[in-house]
Amino acid sequence: MDTLTSLADGFAIALTWQNILLALLGCFLGTVMGALPGLGPSNGVAILIPLAFTLGLGATPSLILLTSVYYGAMYGGRISSILLNIPGDEPAMMTCLDGHPMAKKGMAGQALSLSGIASFVGAFFATWGLIFLAPQLVKIALLFGPAEYFALFALAFMTLGGVSSTNQAKSAFAAALGLGFAMIGVDTQTGVPRFTFGEVHLYDGLDFLVAIVGLFALSEVFIFLEHRHGNAEGTADKIKVGRLTPPMSMIKDTTPTMIRSTLLGFVAGVLPGAGASLGSFIAYSFEKRLVDKDGKTFGKGDPRGVAAPEAGNNAAAGGALVPMLALGVPGSGTTAVLLAVLLSLNITPGPLLFTQNPDVVWGLIAALFIANFMLLAMNIPMVGLFTRLLMVPPRILMPVVAMVSFVGIYGISGSSFDLLVMIGFGVLGWVLRKFDVPLVPIILGTLLGNSMENNLRRAITIDNGDWMTLVDSPLSITLWLIAIIGFILPVIFGRKVKAQMRARADDEGALRD
Amino acid sequence: MSDRIFGLVGLLIAIGFAFAALAIEESFLSDAVGPKAFPLIIAAILGLSSIVIALKPDSAPEWPSLGRLAEILSAVVVMMLYAELLPVLGFLIATAFAAAYLTWRLGSGLVATVLTGLGTSGGIYVVFHLVLGLSLARGPLGF
Repeated sequence: MDTLTSLADGFAIALTWQNILLALLGCFLGTVMGALPGLGPSNGVAILIPLAFTLGLGATPSLILLTSVYYGAMYGGRISSILLNIPGDEPAMMTCLDGHPMAKKGMAGQALSLSGIASFVGAFFATWGLIFLAPQLVKIALLFGPAEYFALFALAFMTLGGVSSTNQAKSAFAAALGLGFAMIGVDTQTGVPRFTFGEVHLYDGLDFLVAIVGLFALSEVFIFLEHRHGNAEGTADKIKVGRLTPPMSMIKDTTPTMIRSTLLGFVAGVLPGAGASLGSFIAYSFEKRLVDKDGKTFGKGDPRGVAAPEAGNNAAAGGALVPMLALGVPGSGTTAVLLAVLLSLNITPGPLLFTQNPDVVWGLIAALFIANFMLLAMNIPMVGLFTRLLMVPPRILMPVVAMVSFVGIYGISGSSFDLLVMIGFGVLGWVLRKFDVPLVPIILGTLLGNSMENNLRRAITIDNGDWMTLVDSPLSITLWLIAIIGFILPVIFGRKVKAQMRARADDEGALRD
Repeated sequence: MSDRIFGLVGLLIAIGFAFAALAIEESFLSDAVGPKAFPLIIAAILGLSSIVIALKPDSAPEWPSLGRLAEILSAVVVMMLYAELLPVLGFLIATAFAAAYLTWRLGSGLVATVLTGLGTSGGIYVVFHLVLGLSLARGPLGF
């Protein structure tokens, strides 16, 4: 009952005019970011962070704006997948498989609204899941001491790799690199400068927003320059959107699919490191195995093949907020970016957030519901507008993305030095992408490095310098075990799953053409 | 081959990081762990993962041709110039040039390049400065 009262309080906060307008703006901008080919939720949120800061908003309104962007981008990803067969990001990949064939059959409008409804179902029920699961997780988290927190951070890093890359060594490399970046600056415990090379600008440490915007947004600009993908890649004009409302029978047929996929997606989202890519992938694969045993309809424009990944990835997006809010450990790339936002607003996610800033948590959760309804309302009638946006060629879009990134960072710090650091991160991001090194562990390392170290030092100081304290309680042993399993399993199965995912995308892509 | 070089470079970075960590001054305030231990653990992970990458390389990435590489390099130079000249030239002028450069290099014609440069700079100025009130770098013209 407590939960529902808190939720009602949350609605009271979220339903002010300012917050409603912000949610509306966030939903719109998010859908645009998600719909544009090449930009996904993480870049979308990264580019729009500065906007939230420049508006001078408080913590709750900023969060409402950015989570609306987050949900909006998850919704928008399907538009370019269905119309252009170009996924804006990895989770949207599975939607191409049946969405684009549906569009080719002249059912683009129906595919778009059906996927909008599936996105709504996934996100709506995942938000309920968040409401009930997060406080339970908080109760467990309240038992955590510094040693358990240290183990939890290790768990987050060790499980993150399995899904963000096929190569665990590269994930570990990325995480260590991020942790290394976090070490730059004055040590908070002793006041000794570390890795600053005498550069005064570095005494405060690297601003992780600078790192995020450089790694995600600028490296994207370099990729476009490398391939000179300057022209509109798609052919959105050739595909007629057609009838927008799917027939009742189609909704009825896909309802069980949506429910199953929501469940699977939510679980995938809650697992640390798994996130939306896994959510859409397992939802699609499970559904295919269940309803299309002889492989006749999936991949050829089966509405269930559109509903499954969309419900799955949006449910995963909601699920990923559970560990992010309750433990302060993000479950996906985009939640890592959101975590950066929270930290910049001087809010530390984790169990204490629920007791110390209940207005932030519940205002945010209420805003998720509101954003969901707005997105449903916005995405069905306004699909025509969003499809026209796909026609903006990257040669105009990418310079805007680059300049907005510069303005945002300059607006926050007003220093050319930060801009140079951001360019450095952009180049680094480009090189690492070439080598298939995942970027998310770097962000996570930069974000969590200092609190990971502080917990380690606190744990060992409490126990008079005994390092065995790290594996001293059943709780921390359990966390270490999960971490180790999470690290080893992908070494065995990870390549296989990823290869299957790519192969399926390729196969069915080939079938279609 | 690419991954072997990557691993070697990574290993060098790890060694450099470890040396830098060892050079951190201890303070009289030090706790049981001190400011060196965690960086040393990181250096170890960095080194180990680099060795694994070097020993078990993935298939090589597709590297851009020299021309394309020069393209990226010159974009980086333009961006660095932009960062340095922003306080001197002011937001409007610097941004118009930088945006125009990127548009041009992504394959626009002359007219589109000029229009996109001016449009991006003006558009951001209106939205971020006039509407949202963010202070952008002032130019010699005083706005």
